[in-house]
Amino acid sequence: MNKEWPIWEIFIRSKNGLEHRHAGSLHAADAEMAIQNARDVYTRRQEGVSVWVVESKYVTASNPEKSGELFEPAKDKVYRHPTFYNLPDELKHM
Amino acid sequence: MEQKALYDYLLLLGDNPTILGQRLGELCGHGPELETDIALTNISLDLFGQVRNYFQYAAEVAGNGATEDSIAMLRLEHEYKNALLVEQPNIDFAHVICKQFLFDVYHQLLLNELVNSKNDQIAAIAKKSIKEVDYHVDFSSTWMQRLGDGTEESNEKLKKAVDFLWRYSMELFEATETETLMAEMGVGPDLNTLKPLYLEKVKEVFALSNIEMPEKTTFQFGGKTGRHTEYMGYILAEFQYMQRAYPNMQW
Repeated sequence: MNKEWPIWEIFIRSKNGLEHRHAGSLHAADAEMAIQNARDVYTRRQEGVSVWVVESKYVTASNPEKSGELFEPAKDKVYRHPTFYNLPDELKHM
Repeated sequence: MEQKALYDYLLLLGDNPTILGQRLGELCGHGPELETDIALTNISLDLFGQVRNYFQYAAEVAGNGATEDSIAMLRLEHEYKNALLVEQPNIDFAHVICKQFLFDVYHQLLLNELVNSKNDQIAAIAKKSIKEVDYHVDFSSTWMQRLGDGTEESNEKLKKAVDFLWRYSMELFEATETETLMAEMGVGPDLNTLKPLYLEKVKEVFALSNIEMPEKTTFQFGGKTGRHTEYMGYILAEFQYMQRAYPNMQW
């Protein structure tokens, strides 16, 4: 029997209206404990208003060997950034 | 007279979290898992935060130059009014959790009453503390279930802890003269009214944890009137060391 607790990925929402962001990972025996541990490890300095926990084994990660085909084709396509528009002077904060 | 009783009452309120907080502090760096280590010391810090509120107020009430530090650190053993339960040794994780659970349930019931205290300052402290203690109850009662409903070994260890600690539970509800007086004045609750609620909650969590309520227990009393178990001296030796060795030392 594996006696190590599984690893959980922790996502914290810092303010209402903002998205949950990955904060880190920790060990816990079950989901409820993962929430309690996340509360104690990651929100003890008022970092959050909401927590999501996901057992790490349920996260599917991209394969580093496929970085080339996945990400490199975007490199020479700067026109995908919306930076080629002429903005009217009245428009601020863009 | 009333000031003296109020002072004594603040010690009764503050000494339980002081000694339990110190017991939890002993676990710093020794928790069974990193995350649990942080959780237990967080709870300890919650408790000491509450203690500061009680003792700052007690210092004001005493009005004799006492400070929160002198009240916390410089009393003699028989002047501490904590219940025997909280001074019991950590022994193993099951004892840590069981002791915490038996105190947390009482603590939550107590604070729920103290928010309606006729003493505004006590009511304010209770209001501020109750959310922390709600979490403590969640933490310790879910751990009770995990241990009790876990493996044969964890259930066995929890049973041992319950058998050892249950005898100290009823002292929490044995009113001292001070507590009786405070109940009459509407400052504190009538502890007798809290007992059935306590037993109900404990029974519920015991049932979920596959633990039977111990029968024929000879309950132990004395801490609240200053008669402590042999563990108390060792706790105070460590707790008071800095203030005794370097009087008036500050952070």
